[in-house]
Amino acid sequence: MAEVNTAIQEFSEAPPRVSEWKRFWRVFLQRKIVIFGLVVLGLLVFTAAFADLIAPYDPYLNKLEDSLQGPSSSHWLGTDIQGRDTLSRLIYGSRTVLQVGFITVSVAAIIGFALGLIAGFVGGITAAVIMRIMDALMGFPMLILAMMLAAILGGGIQNVIIALTVATIPGYARVMNGLALTIKQNDYVLAERSMGAGNWRIMLNHILPNALPPMIVLVTLQLGGLVMAEAALSFIGIGIEPPGAAWGAMVNDGYRYLRSFPILSIAPGVAIMLVVFAFNMVGDGLRDALDPRLRGIL
Amino acid sequence: MTELLRVNNLVTQFKTESGLVKAVNDVSYYIDEQEIIGLVGESGCGKSVSQLSIMQLINAPGEIAGGEVIFEGQNLLKYQQHGAEMRSIRGARIAMIFQEPMTSLNPVLTIGQQLTEMLVLHLKMSSDAAHKKAIELMGMVGIPAAEKRIDDYPHNFSGGMRQRVMIAMGLSCNPRILIADEPTTALDVTTQAQLLEMMKDIVQRFRASLVIVTHNLGVVARYAKRIYIMYAGRIVESGTTKDIFGTPRHPYTMGLLKCIPRLDEEEGRKLVPIEGLPPNLINMPPTCAFLPRCSWKIEKCYKEPWPELTPVNGNHFIRCYADTKEAKR
Repeated sequence: MAEVNTAIQEFSEAPPRVSEWKRFWRVFLQRKIVIFGLVVLGLLVFTAAFADLIAPYDPYLNKLEDSLQGPSSSHWLGTDIQGRDTLSRLIYGSRTVLQVGFITVSVAAIIGFALGLIAGFVGGITAAVIMRIMDALMGFPMLILAMMLAAILGGGIQNVIIALTVATIPGYARVMNGLALTIKQNDYVLAERSMGAGNWRIMLNHILPNALPPMIVLVTLQLGGLVMAEAALSFIGIGIEPPGAAWGAMVNDGYRYLRSFPILSIAPGVAIMLVVFAFNMVGDGLRDALDPRLRGIL
Repeated sequence: MTELLRVNNLVTQFKTESGLVKAVNDVSYYIDEQEIIGLVGESGCGKSVSQLSIMQLINAPGEIAGGEVIFEGQNLLKYQQHGAEMRSIRGARIAMIFQEPMTSLNPVLTIGQQLTEMLVLHLKMSSDAAHKKAIELMGMVGIPAAEKRIDDYPHNFSGGMRQRVMIAMGLSCNPRILIADEPTTALDVTTQAQLLEMMKDIVQRFRASLVIVTHNLGVVARYAKRIYIMYAGRIVESGTTKDIFGTPRHPYTMGLLKCIPRLDEEEGRKLVPIEGLPPNLINMPPTCAFLPRCSWKIEKCYKEPWPELTPVNGNHFIRCYADTKEAKR
């Protein structure tokens, strides 16, 4: 055994270690456009957090004598028909964007992941029931479904979130189901079973962590879509109720004055575009960093 | 020595679209405490399935259709497949090591996380104690600098090292039986020898029994005390290692031994392969499954169903009608 042991020692020097975090950040920040997206999102979070301090005016204050002014030194982005400061409303609107986006995604992810995971792992009738319901929900385009629910439930930020959540869950459940089906075939799941692990342990400790990287990418990419969907709902008037500040509603308010005061629609429009673009770019960057096949540097 | 595990008339079958596959057909064997036995056969002869059946790890479309598995006085097949009793036996009382070390570890968890998981689950250790124990186990299976490598991921380890981790994991909760399902098949020959030697030492130190499942007679020759030869879902010959290698009596075993080159023989002996292929297990005829490939067949073999295991000499059993006593070896 002595010579065997020395042989083992020779061959088992630890390989040079590259920290997974370092590698992640290096690939993630490789492209400038991703950094741009991160800056935009950082700005969005910042304005949402400190809206009270940054906003020059009360976004809800009607001052009819100031109505429909062009950009000026006192109102950088002008005022709307009711004399409210556009910039302040934009800043407060960022809160709506983040609230709707993140609450929707979190709730939808928890429910969607759980449903997909259970369906994929347990299989049989449970899977059939869950996935057929998801398929039925997926049959409706996301926006139509959200519109329908928003129309039934009425407006308001809470109902927008509920509507978008219900519309988002099936997509998450579907992808998670597929991942769980693949991952549970792996030898290490059988090995875990042979070690006495129960269903929950295998699902939460072994299948979920393996499924997370693609799911994180999906969730981030979907945030952009959700911002769009919220804006669309607000635009057609079944989203955030007035006088709440929502970018989609602002575009709608402004488009009647598109010829005389285009800034009223364009400013929130550009804001929506930037945020959606930022979410998509960051999502792309995450995908590059989390999917080893796309890294190209392995 | 006292008997630890006895399998009686185990039948495991798979319902497929083209018919019923009896992967394990009326298999009986036993293992004593601190004994090493070998289970040998070709691919698809039911070795692995019989071991997975003991642990009730057969999933649909497979099912355990009959028999009993008596372990420490309890019939394991009476327990629910994923019930608490079965879970408390898996890993803690009977542990298993699989063929592919490259895929048997979860790639996203560190070695330490996977090693400690079972210690916390079965032995109710605190995570600190489990961490210490894990390092100790890794050292025991010959992983150098264990305290540094415990936070590595499986991809930082080579195949042989991963199999060492699997062995450490298998033995972590002091099981009575370790089932090693082709533990060295995926490794190169030098690593195989090291691992087998180490596995034997450790199993002895833990006073556990070891079942080596393999298609390689050479692997069990050195370590196993008794050997079971399986063919087409049944045990065709069983006996001590000396019986099997010295006086093999079943035509299949004799064929297997003729395909192995030996160092202690006169030059010029040709290796004789067994003609043909193992049979398709779907809807098998009742006659002997080895019949089409057998060079000892007699008329009776075509008329009568497969014989029972019959003793030829003490603890040496074969399942054959032919009189193979006079075989030249």
